[in-house]
Amino acid sequence: MSLLHWAVLSPFLLAIIVPFLYKLFRQIHTGWFVLILPVLLFTYFSRFISLTKQGEVITERATWIPSLGIHVDFYLDGLGLLFALLITGIGSLVILYSIFYLSKVKEKLNQFYVFLLLFMGAMLGVVLSDNLIVLYSFWEFTSLSSFLLIGYWNERERSRYGAQKSLLITVFGGLSLLGGIILLSIMGNTFSIRELISQSGELMDHPLFTPALLLVLLGAFTKSAQFPFHIWLPDAMEAPTPVSAYLHSATMVKAGIYLVARLSPVFAESGVWFWCVSIAGLITLFWGSFSAVKQTDLKGILAFSTISQLGLIMSLLGLGAAALHYDTLGENIYLAATVAAVFHLINHATFKGSLFMVAGIIDHETGTRDIRKLGGLMQLMPITFTVAVIGAFSMAGLPPFNGFLSKEMFLASMVNVLELDIFNMETWGVLFPVLAWVASVFTFIYSMIVVLKPFTGKLQLHLLEKKPHEAPIGMLISPIILATLVIVFGIFPNLLSSSIIKPAVASIQPNLVDSNFQVHIAFWHGFSPELWMTIGIIVIGIILYKTFPKWKRIYQWLPERFSLNALYDNGLNALERSASSVMKFLMTGSIRTYLLSIFLFFILSLGFALYWKDAFKLDTGNFAPIGLYEMVLAAIIVIGSISILFAKSRLTSIILLGAVGYTVSLFFVLFRAPDLALTQLVIETISVALFLLCFFHLPLLASRKEERMTFRLNNALISIGVGTIVTLIALSAHSNKLFDSISSYYLENAYKEAGGKNVVNVILVDFRGLDTMFEISVLSIAALGIFAMIKLRLTGRKDKS
Amino acid sequence: MFDLLLKIALLGVSLSMIGFLYRLIKGPSVPDRVVALDAMGINLIAIVALASIVMDTSAYLEAILLLGILSFIGTVAFAKFLEKGEIIENDRDR
Repeated sequence: MSLLHWAVLSPFLLAIIVPFLYKLFRQIHTGWFVLILPVLLFTYFSRFISLTKQGEVITERATWIPSLGIHVDFYLDGLGLLFALLITGIGSLVILYSIFYLSKVKEKLNQFYVFLLLFMGAMLGVVLSDNLIVLYSFWEFTSLSSFLLIGYWNERERSRYGAQKSLLITVFGGLSLLGGIILLSIMGNTFSIRELISQSGELMDHPLFTPALLLVLLGAFTKSAQFPFHIWLPDAMEAPTPVSAYLHSATMVKAGIYLVARLSPVFAESGVWFWCVSIAGLITLFWGSFSAVKQTDLKGILAFSTISQLGLIMSLLGLGAAALHYDTLGENIYLAATVAAVFHLINHATFKGSLFMVAGIIDHETGTRDIRKLGGLMQLMPITFTVAVIGAFSMAGLPPFNGFLSKEMFLASMVNVLELDIFNMETWGVLFPVLAWVASVFTFIYSMIVVLKPFTGKLQLHLLEKKPHEAPIGMLISPIILATLVIVFGIFPNLLSSSIIKPAVASIQPNLVDSNFQVHIAFWHGFSPELWMTIGIIVIGIILYKTFPKWKRIYQWLPERFSLNALYDNGLNALERSASSVMKFLMTGSIRTYLLSIFLFFILSLGFALYWKDAFKLDTGNFAPIGLYEMVLAAIIVIGSISILFAKSRLTSIILLGAVGYTVSLFFVLFRAPDLALTQLVIETISVALFLLCFFHLPLLASRKEERMTFRLNNALISIGVGTIVTLIALSAHSNKLFDSISSYYLENAYKEAGGKNVVNVILVDFRGLDTMFEISVLSIAALGIFAMIKLRLTGRKDKS
Repeated sequence: MFDLLLKIALLGVSLSMIGFLYRLIKGPSVPDRVVALDAMGINLIAIVALASIVMDTSAYLEAILLLGILSFIGTVAFAKFLEKGEIIENDRDR
């Protein structure tokens, strides 16, 4: 256990203490205690920047299940550090914000901070784990804590619905990720990511490579809300706003991005990876930005915008994979895509976090998040407005904010795609920049909606629940810090380039980045195509924003019932309905049906096995000769048994059954088993008497008229089938006798060893006495059971006695 | 010769069993069947005795005694059941 392990473990430990702090210090907001930890962790992690800058990595090991090769290996490199800083940094800001957002009196703060700390620890574990099983454990922990946080206001129906939906989708992805991990470990014989990377060349040719790739991607796409698994994210907006800001914009949804980036060195050579990641990203980008425009809820817009931006990052990661095919290229233009992805990852966390906090402030101060009710808040909330402008303009990609830079780099990468000549990109490549450009136009439009709809226009006081006013200063600190970062990173992007971005890119593309590689983000890079594209975005965006009410109708072209949400809801309903109808069909509650299935299965499985293995064999060589009286006795048994079926009264059936039993005892006599014959006689008599007893106590109902058994064809067929199968098996078993019986041992030793002449009895009480003991216990249990059933009547009427 | 006689006797008894079985199945009333069952029990005694002579063993003599007792008890039980509707009477019911 190193300090790094304690750092990841510390949120879990604090989560244990939080409820006690909450109970003990009722006067102080619990968030203040919690705030200390992420700040400490942030300073702890920022110390590593100087290390990773030089390309060094930190590895720490703690053993967990060494026999299975599962160790809690933590591995801190550029990518891990970037995420750890995001998690702890934004975590601190979010906790600070939540202190002012959540009321000390009304809210269950102990639960909130426990869930949040669980999430923070789990997320740190995800990004620092080198062992895939450990990564998966933390991965599921994030799903679980996200579920708890979304359902935080669990008295609301929408919260529960959103929590359930997100859990179902992310756990579905998590399980397929586990499948991918297991396939990877089968291929590489290790769970360690670094070892898998070192043998990535050999893994490519393995037949399990593509299934593993697809399963891992499924896990990443569900977590990162990629199309078509994005539907859980808008419903997760029922969570408290700090949670939305933290989980659903800055950290958890980037776990999938992290996974794709982390496993890029393993998979990225493959064309499947390139296509899946970049196409899924582009579609998500387009669909997210397109859907965001029609939302009327501020958080809904931000949710779809998160989806779209995640798609942007994902598509850049996919394009970055193309760089691997050009390692001889002097100036590798496709590597720029990876740089852009990492840069936008940071930018998105800053501006989206601040925008969510702004949305929270508006909600908190006006009582609504509906943009149709909001308007004219600019004069009332000037600071919030400033933060919103910075965040939204950065999201739209306007200078001088950081979003401008990453959007430029994104467009540049998309234009570079046109020069690709692998994977049929000559024909399809043109799709990339076009989709990206259209999506950027929509991004511009919804960014304008986010900032202009609530803050400009007319103030509609009668629609608002509260009288709006500026938020308390504590609530504003976090968004102001984030907005400052947006500007700082926008004006001085090279603060990040060599310290954080380069080590992170080096972890994603370890074979391409060497010491010569320099990340340089220039604000002004000449009149390049991407600049013209940005200008086009702004111009078209402004025109479309102004005319929005006129083309709003296109959103009605896609009716609600064809949406993915409807598909999910109907799918879930159909699944439940079909499962319950299958249950109703199979589980009728009638024993007759169950017996039918059991016997049918018996016939089919055994019959098929006999046929398939060609097992039936008839060898008449070891048959004993059949005597006349044996035939007569057999005839008696057969006639008796058949007549039982056709007997009209039950009493006749009982008598016939007794006759059959006595004849069986006669068979025992004929086949020289005196003990069996004796026992059989006595038992038969007793059971006939018992049958009579049962018969006597049958209620005399009109419906229980004594009738001959009704004939059913399928019952007859099945009973004949069972009889045939058993006969066939008995005949083949007899014909296939492979060994001599061991009975000669008993015959020789019964008197010598055990001192008894009756071999059957010696076997029962001496050679195999244990069986007899338990037969005795069976009989005693039966006797006690009968006694209890007769005497004990807890529910019944008062007994006469 | 003796062996053949024994086999003939066994066959005869077995055939008479079939006759009783016919009565047992067909028997218009329950007492008919009970009597048939009782006779079958005695027939069984005969078969067991004959079989033990054929097999030249005395291991089945207990079975003969037991059969005698049981067929008696069984017939009495049936008779009582037919008469009173119950085999073991409960004293308190009286």
